[in-house]
Amino acid sequence: MKVGTVVGTVVSTINIPLLDDHRLLLCDIQDVDGEPDGYTICVDVVDAGIGETVLILDEGNSARQIFGLDTGAIRAVIVGVVDELAIDGELRSVV
Amino acid sequence: MQLARVIGRVVATEKAEGLEGVRFLVIQPLDKRQQPMGGTVVAADAVHMAGTGELVYYVSSREAAEALPVRFVPVDHAITGIVDDIQVAP
Repeated sequence: MKVGTVVGTVVSTINIPLLDDHRLLLCDIQDVDGEPDGYTICVDVVDAGIGETVLILDEGNSARQIFGLDTGAIRAVIVGVVDELAIDGELRSVV
Repeated sequence: MQLARVIGRVVATEKAEGLEGVRFLVIQPLDKRQQPMGGTVVAADAVHMAGTGELVYYVSSREAAEALPVRFVPVDHAITGIVDDIQVAP
């Protein structure tokens, strides 16, 4: 999993059925220094808000387990909202 | 998933088994500001409706093979949705 920041929303009406009724959030992926290192569009299952620091899962098998599927084109899922992040004993600011 | 712009189409009659009826589109991957990022790729169109010029999002690797009705079709990029609206913080 990776730490990321929710920076946007994506809305679509034409998509694969699996993504119907799911909120898509665009997240910056954070590197160890907290700087953006790429982005990914994730399915949100924890009602994360714009600007929040989140935990992003980016692996198909686990993602499918979240939705109880044995097949499905899904990888990136926001699985948590980060309350506290400490690296090398240093607390990082978390929204 | 990441953003991309549909910029073309590929038609192939001779192709691997399982790819019959799969629509191939040439897409230009984009960064979050919708600027071109990296080289173009050919993606299977899993929504069957993406047209040239449209902003879409796509999935890659094994999940692309899971996006099509027939499971485990040999594709490594698949368009999974067309973007109606996108808002990204500055």
